[in-house]
Amino acid sequence: MTTSEIAVLSASHDAAQAPLLQIRNVAKTFGKNAVLRNISLEIGQGEFLTILGESGSGKTTLLRIIAGFESASSGEVWMADERLDRLPPYRRPVNTVFQQYALFPHMTVEENVGYGLRVAKRSEPDIKERVAAALDKVKMSAFAQMKPSKISGGQQQRVALARALVNRPKLLLLDEPLSALDANLRRQMQVELKSLQRQVGITFVFVTHDQEEAMVMSDRIALLRSGELEQVATPREIYSRPATAYAAQFVGHTNLLRGEVRDGVAHCSSLQWAAAMPDGAVIFSVRPENIRVAESGVTGAVQVRGKVIHQAFHGATELIRMDCGGGLILAVRTAGGSRLQEEISLEFSPEDAVLVRESPERV
Amino acid sequence: MFSRAYKTTVTAPPLLWVTVFLLLPYALMFCYSFWSVSPAQTIIHSWSFSNYAQIVRVDVYWQTLLRSMWIAARVMFFSLVLGYPLAYFLSFHAGKRKDLLYQLVIIPLWVSYLVRAYAWKTILGSEGVLNTLLQYAHLTKHPVEFLLYSPFAVVLTLTHIYTPFTFLPIYAALEHIPRNLVEASHDLGATPGQTFWRVIFPLSIPGVVAGATFAFVLSLGDFLAPLLLGGPSGIMISNIVVSLFGAAYNWPLGAAISLGMLVLVVSLLVLSERLEKKWSFS
Repeated sequence: MTTSEIAVLSASHDAAQAPLLQIRNVAKTFGKNAVLRNISLEIGQGEFLTILGESGSGKTTLLRIIAGFESASSGEVWMADERLDRLPPYRRPVNTVFQQYALFPHMTVEENVGYGLRVAKRSEPDIKERVAAALDKVKMSAFAQMKPSKISGGQQQRVALARALVNRPKLLLLDEPLSALDANLRRQMQVELKSLQRQVGITFVFVTHDQEEAMVMSDRIALLRSGELEQVATPREIYSRPATAYAAQFVGHTNLLRGEVRDGVAHCSSLQWAAAMPDGAVIFSVRPENIRVAESGVTGAVQVRGKVIHQAFHGATELIRMDCGGGLILAVRTAGGSRLQEEISLEFSPEDAVLVRESPERV
Repeated sequence: MFSRAYKTTVTAPPLLWVTVFLLLPYALMFCYSFWSVSPAQTIIHSWSFSNYAQIVRVDVYWQTLLRSMWIAARVMFFSLVLGYPLAYFLSFHAGKRKDLLYQLVIIPLWVSYLVRAYAWKTILGSEGVLNTLLQYAHLTKHPVEFLLYSPFAVVLTLTHIYTPFTFLPIYAALEHIPRNLVEASHDLGATPGQTFWRVIFPLSIPGVVAGATFAFVLSLGDFLAPLLLGGPSGIMISNIVVSLFGAAYNWPLGAAISLGMLVLVVSLLVLSERLEKKWSFS
């Protein structure tokens, strides 16, 4: 084990001991509408945590409660041993990058970035130096004297980031900051944002509805559904071991196989395999890439034949849909080369069928 | 997109209206301002600058003009002082009562100007509501005279009448400020006071300029309030114009004063337009 690996491990160990931010049983209702229910979440020092959810899942509300723009109906928010939820937003050591950037239109880029330091009554030379450094970090020094309306969306994005980071907050909140950018720029900013976070070592809480973005950037993902946390785990864990049917579907493509277990055998449609678990109704998630074109002679694999009914080209791979009879449609990721209507034999290993919980209906 | 005939049919009536009732009278006024009146009360159609010279030479004209501007400036000041906080409260803190309060501000505009001016007459007069109350409370023995027929009465009445005109553009400007800017300011550590002075107020300046212009320009040209409530010391420049076109029968001088005021007002509007442009960022 190298020293850097040890450092990473001990850092994450410290984080586990003393989280930077603790959200304790937070709930939020607007009128009769429960937007958040009983959210408890710990965020470690230096962590990049993504709150992932569909629109209406309550992710932005949770972020606004941390920032102080909304107050929780019940529950508490703590930073280290300081209670945050009773403080007005301007007293919290938290800064936000807003979805629409919210740059002050009457100030230049430089004045925008210096705003936090100026209202904190820092000395002018200090402000100048830190603003210059922050603009340099986001490669916007050349635009210092421009008004926000004169620069592009991507550039506004960088300025908004610099404006937040220059105050050296303990926690940076990002509310879908990349959603207004086009796809190429978004991918580029994802990489930049992630490396910037590593560089400055500030804890990021990032809100998005884009699961791919969440996977690429996060140390951990908190998946939110209808105001409740569905699963909190690393991207790898959430992808390979989704806790619920919803998590399996929302993060990446999957095949949900509904069936039941009887006497140690799982039955899903025409498929059967040995499953050491109690009897009862079950849902399995099988990722398309874990289903292969069958090679004869593999023992223990679940075998099925089907007809190609749809093909979608994804560059390196192809996602095909197979009609396996009896209402069973499987999505399979292949290297390509299949033809429509062609009959293929498929197989997957029983250990790639991950047992997931049913996601309960929530109103 | 539209045919030529259609465009002509649609635009001709208003154009004709403006030409006949606005441009032609202005042109006529312009001519009159260079003519003069003979002792026999006929118009002499010879061109000279004598009317304009008279405005500068005769004390009463330029003094009245200055007093009118001073009254208009005070009206502007007080309607800003009243209108801004009202607009700010409505826009940022009124919550669900916003629409109701907005209507309450607008309703006085539906009431005739004369009714509102007369209302002040009954309030401020020596037998009026205010004086009766003061005497009843034994605060004064005799009616307070300066209340009515004074510049004070004119400023008070005009402020009452024109404050909604100041309020409206300020309110519109405040409503246009994206609320996430206010949140961003708080987020960056600015207190509500700092947020107001550094973000909200600068972004509302176009509204303030428009509102101030309304109050000043409308008050400057007002002649009913001074007529009804101003008394001899509250006379404004428009009253002089009215009398020059009426009893005094000196249309040329009246036209000259009117054109002078027109130039003044148009310059103010141009200036205000420039200021508004300078401070708008959308």
